[in-house]
Amino acid sequence: MNRLAVQLPGLSLKNPIMPASGCFGFGREYARFYDLSMLGAIMIKATTLEPRFGNPTPRVAETPSGMLNAIGLQNPGLEKVLEEELPWLAQYDVPIIANIAGSTMEEYVEVAKRMSQAPNVHALELNISCPNVKKGGIAFGTVPEVAAELTKLVKEVSEVPVYVKLSPNVTNIVEMAKAIEAAGADGLTMINTLLGMRIDVKTAKPILANRTGGLSGPAIKPIAIRMIYEVSQAVSIPIIGMGGIQSAEDVIEFFYAGASAVAVGTANFIDPFVCPNIIAELPALLEELGFDHISECTGRSWKKGEPTVHCGT
Amino acid sequence: MKEQMTIVRHEPLAKQIYELTLSGSLVQTMNEPGRFVHVKVAEYAPLLRRPLSLCDINKEAGECTIIYRAEGAGTTLLAKKCPGETIDVLGPLGNGFPVEAAKAGQRALLVGGGIGVPPLYELAKQLASNGVSVTMVLGFQTKEVVFYEQKFLTYGETYVATVDGSYGTKGFVTDVINERALSFDVLYACGPKPMLKALEQQFPQKEVYLSLEERMGCGVGACFACVCHVPNSETAYKKVCSDGPVFKAGEVVL
Ligand SMILES: Cc1cc2nc3c(=O)[nH]c(=O)nc-3n(C[C@H](O)[C@H](O)[C@H](O)COP(=O)(O)OP(=O)(O)OC[C@H]3O[C@@H](n4cnc5c(N)ncnc54)[C@H](O)[C@@H]3O)c2cc1C
Ligand SMILES: Cc1cc2nc3c(=O)[nH]c(=O)nc-3n(C[C@H](O)[C@H](O)[C@H](O)COP(=O)(O)O)c2cc1C
Ligand code: FES
Repeated sequence: MNRLAVQLPGLSLKNPIMPASGCFGFGREYARFYDLSMLGAIMIKATTLEPRFGNPTPRVAETPSGMLNAIGLQNPGLEKVLEEELPWLAQYDVPIIANIAGSTMEEYVEVAKRMSQAPNVHALELNISCPNVKKGGIAFGTVPEVAAELTKLVKEVSEVPVYVKLSPNVTNIVEMAKAIEAAGADGLTMINTLLGMRIDVKTAKPILANRTGGLSGPAIKPIAIRMIYEVSQAVSIPIIGMGGIQSAEDVIEFFYAGASAVAVGTANFIDPFVCPNIIAELPALLEELGFDHISECTGRSWKKGEPTVHCGT
Repeated sequence: MKEQMTIVRHEPLAKQIYELTLSGSLVQTMNEPGRFVHVKVAEYAPLLRRPLSLCDINKEAGECTIIYRAEGAGTTLLAKKCPGETIDVLGPLGNGFPVEAAKAGQRALLVGGGIGVPPLYELAKQLASNGVSVTMVLGFQTKEVVFYEQKFLTYGETYVATVDGSYGTKGFVTDVINERALSFDVLYACGPKPMLKALEQQFPQKEVYLSLEERMGCGVGACFACVCHVPNSETAYKKVCSDGPVFKAGEVVL
């Protein structure tokens, strides 16, 4: 029995584990370490219409249990992703979730339309929440009406289901999630990074050339858990959870909060084998916790009428 | 590519400078000088790996050596590790110095600044064994942090400069090169960016290879943390971790 197979809009996943966007490039680098077909899916690096260089360096700074990044959506542009990266990924038996970004609504729509036509792209992930670009990105992710409008426009042109990636940099994440659901999104992915900053003690200047950056890693896990817990009770579309996941136990915690699948970001940098390791460890952990299937864990922390977990029996 | 390597020796070499010798099967995959390993210093904190250059590769003994300066959180913790303990090593990563660029009978000039000196040691060793005549110019801040001078002397003439003049020539590596009018067929360098820039500018017609440093996330080419610009392009880039850290002078914008 496959305890890990999960069905989500557009996605038939062998397991609910996938690398998060921006933390896995277009897969090539990690293909040196293991067979990418082992993964549930791959969320590829944010793609914009034209190639982008991104921000000046330093682009990363370490923080307690986390890191700040200000990559600035560097990517080779839509054309190259369609012509080189996606065909290369097609050799693997793994669905691709294409993360798309833009500075204007028109750019999002154009990228979404063409990206959704690629044969191995099974879903889009609308990145409306990148904190590292001046125009677009986070603006689309902080005003519910704007996010809803963008979701609607992208849904009209996309040939595959559309997941919208939520920013945690908002006062009311539930309101945001509801607006996006009402606009027709097929699912949500959350959370993107939290806006943060570090200053060098010797120079008194910000460490990142961009001054601010997005915080990721274990430090943000409790925030992700809380937000997924709140949002999953308020919407009926599925959530792909992320934020600081490093272990099989973390995955279960995200499911309990309300996630139906998860993505692993920063942890890939620390251990390139983290995704296959988690996939290998999950069945035994489910067995130990008394679950036949991982989907039984979704929303367990808030669902009523479910017996408490029969752990250790 | 990833292994818990065992610490065989771990000794201070100079002020805050440590020599760390590791054993493990990864050593058999280490060939090119100038490549680096990405070291996980502790399980939880600090979170990220630390890039450190391979300084000496000894395949017969199954050992490799790293020299590092204990300065920030990670390297200070690393300095507390004892022989017998293991550390999580990812690598070897990146592209190193092209040893074959200097032919037998030719002259190579190896220029190192501070903590950029270590990778030149394995390079000197390999060049010398290929019959290349090697000369080293090593720059340090002050006498207290000078290391490996004697070891480099095994392979060729070695000049040391210190910024404060407390040892060797007073000044920078470029002062030594100019004063002694050192000539060469191929130049290899690793050190702080201003030093690399000075060398690139001084020898525009020569074959020069420079090893760069940049803050890293993944160390394998996936996260775009460590990119640098390519001349005459707005969007073209190279990644220090996977295209470098060694580049031919002019290949990237310093
Ligand atoms: C390819 C390469 C090879 C290197 N080889 C050596 C070597 O052989 N010996 C040696 O002593 N040092 C070497 N360095 C520099 C070394 O990586 C840093 O000194 C080290 O990461 C600092 O860690 P920390 O814990 O002391 O500092 P912290 O201040 O705690 O570091 C915080 C973060 O910044 C990064 N960082 C800080 N300084 C640097 C730097 N100069 N370069 C890159 N990242 C930095 C750290 O990796 C970490 O992610 C190399 C760097 C690169 C890129
Ligand atoms: C270096 C880096 C680059 C990222 N790039 C993107 C990106 O291009 N698009 C996006 O939607 N999210 C991006 N993210 C956010 C991650 O996909 C993820 O949402 C976040 O890092 C939280 O997960 P983690 O704690 O497991 O890393 C990036 C994160 C990091 C660390
Ligand atoms: S450190 Fe991630 S791309 Fe170089």
